[in-house]
Amino acid sequence: MVDVAESEKASGRMSLGHDDVLRWIRVFAAEVEANKEQLTSLDSAIGDGDHGINMERGMSAVLVKVDAAGEEQDIGALLKTVGMTLVSTVGGAGGPLYGTLFLQMGTVLTGRAELGPDDWAAALDAAITGVQGRGKAEPGDKTMIDALIPGRDALKAALAEGATFEQALRQSADAAGQGMRDTIPLVARKGRASYLGERSAGHQDPGATSSHLLLEAAADAWGRPEQAG
Amino acid sequence: MKKLINKPEDVVTEALHGLAEAHADLVRVQFNPNVIVRADAPVQGKVGLVSGGGSGHEPMHGGFVGLGMLDAACPGEVFTSPTPDQMLDATKAVNGGAGVLHIVKNYTGDVMNFEMAAELAGGENIQVEAVVIDDDVAVQDSLYTAGRRGVGTTVLAEKICGAAAEQGRNLAEVAELCRKVNANGRSMGMALTSCIVPAAGKPTFELGDDEMEIGIGIHGEPGRERMKLAPAAEIVEKLAVPIIEDLPFEQGDQVLAFVNGMGGTPLIELYVVYNDLNRLLGERGITITRNLIGPYITSLEMAGCSITLLKMDEELTRLWDAPVKTAGLRWAA
Repeated sequence: MVDVAESEKASGRMSLGHDDVLRWIRVFAAEVEANKEQLTSLDSAIGDGDHGINMERGMSAVLVKVDAAGEEQDIGALLKTVGMTLVSTVGGAGGPLYGTLFLQMGTVLTGRAELGPDDWAAALDAAITGVQGRGKAEPGDKTMIDALIPGRDALKAALAEGATFEQALRQSADAAGQGMRDTIPLVARKGRASYLGERSAGHQDPGATSSHLLLEAAADAWGRPEQAG
Repeated sequence: MKKLINKPEDVVTEALHGLAEAHADLVRVQFNPNVIVRADAPVQGKVGLVSGGGSGHEPMHGGFVGLGMLDAACPGEVFTSPTPDQMLDATKAVNGGAGVLHIVKNYTGDVMNFEMAAELAGGENIQVEAVVIDDDVAVQDSLYTAGRRGVGTTVLAEKICGAAAEQGRNLAEVAELCRKVNANGRSMGMALTSCIVPAAGKPTFELGDDEMEIGIGIHGEPGRERMKLAPAAEIVEKLAVPIIEDLPFEQGDQVLAFVNGMGGTPLIELYVVYNDLNRLLGERGITITRNLIGPYITSLEMAGCSITLLKMDEELTRLWDAPVKTAGLRWAA
């Protein structure tokens, strides 16, 4: 594992705990709920018009599950619970992809009670590897990873330049947002949108949009003002 | 939205209860996770056939569970792939010791969920083979797409493989047969109107009163071209010619012709289509030896049709004619 003490010194803040991770999940669920219509209408344009409906159903089930699980779980177990719940409730392509994303994060963080900036970078690495393994997508195929990869890369770059965790999370979310907008001119090569060929250009990818919400939720949930001294 | 429903979120569950009550002699339905299982499953020593997909295509797949066809079907939400836990439960419920075949339509979600289910079933020492149906000629098959969609040939594959499993063929043989059906079947569909997913409450796409979409998918995915409405004979030509040229079907071939209704088109129009198709094939020296006409793989209330041609031989004909007893398809020997 990475040198947690060193990265904490660089970021100037404490690691996150179980409750912080749970807060991220709750913020993401709230973002999905708030953007349900947008996700569905983006999906109607180039897919089958169910992404917002499916993700909202999945995240509602996740909230019930994690509430029932209480605080007994470590961070890895919590994220695996989220992943398994999404796999069994979302369906479509989003279920296996987001399920795999959280399962892979959970595997990297198995047994952990705390999560530092470099752990988060490692979790994003695992998530992206898992999603690419399941969906076989490459960057530029107009998918989730077109938001996740720039988000992960911006996080690592910011941390390497000595940014605080909060700053790095903000830059990560912003880069994911840019990656999401950069899907607009792309021609889809994966999923149902690929059937449209050139007609998929001009539309923002719904998967990249929900993935941006995921990293935006992390920046919101964990981006509290710096503690003095 | 005008629909015969109670609440949008209850449509799938209530329809499953209806199916269970109407066809208790053929199937049993288990809930959470939702699976429709043949009443006498598992049949010891027989290969189990499992399919599944989003709801909204009835009678496919739940209406095809029974003697001589599927052993189980996994219904997802409307137009949404079912989940691996459904598929795993279905696989376990129909495993009679001879292994289980997953018949998967080629949609990204369906393929990924069935892959996860096969991994889970493998972990429980159940032998699983999967065959992906991808017969829709409207879609370019290339490295740059998710490949051709699975449509009408799925119904024919479920019937033919179901008969083969009933006759005691082993898993490798039934899987090979399924690949053969897929290799010899081609389809294309068209829409006159859009359809409304109950949870969405509005049409999936917009289509003008004087327009039609050629090459439509069964979830309202756009096809090859949108054009002005034309007479049935022209529409049949727009569907049948790409199908014929793709395989290709040639002079002297014998085929099963499947004229499928999308849900909102009356049978009288499907027979008009069949008449035009029969003439077009006749002019090219292709003989229809078997046919299936009606709404079997639908897209909610969409008006329109699809045509599937399957190149027949003696083996496929014999298996097609074998008895079947399901809610959606039944005939005696």
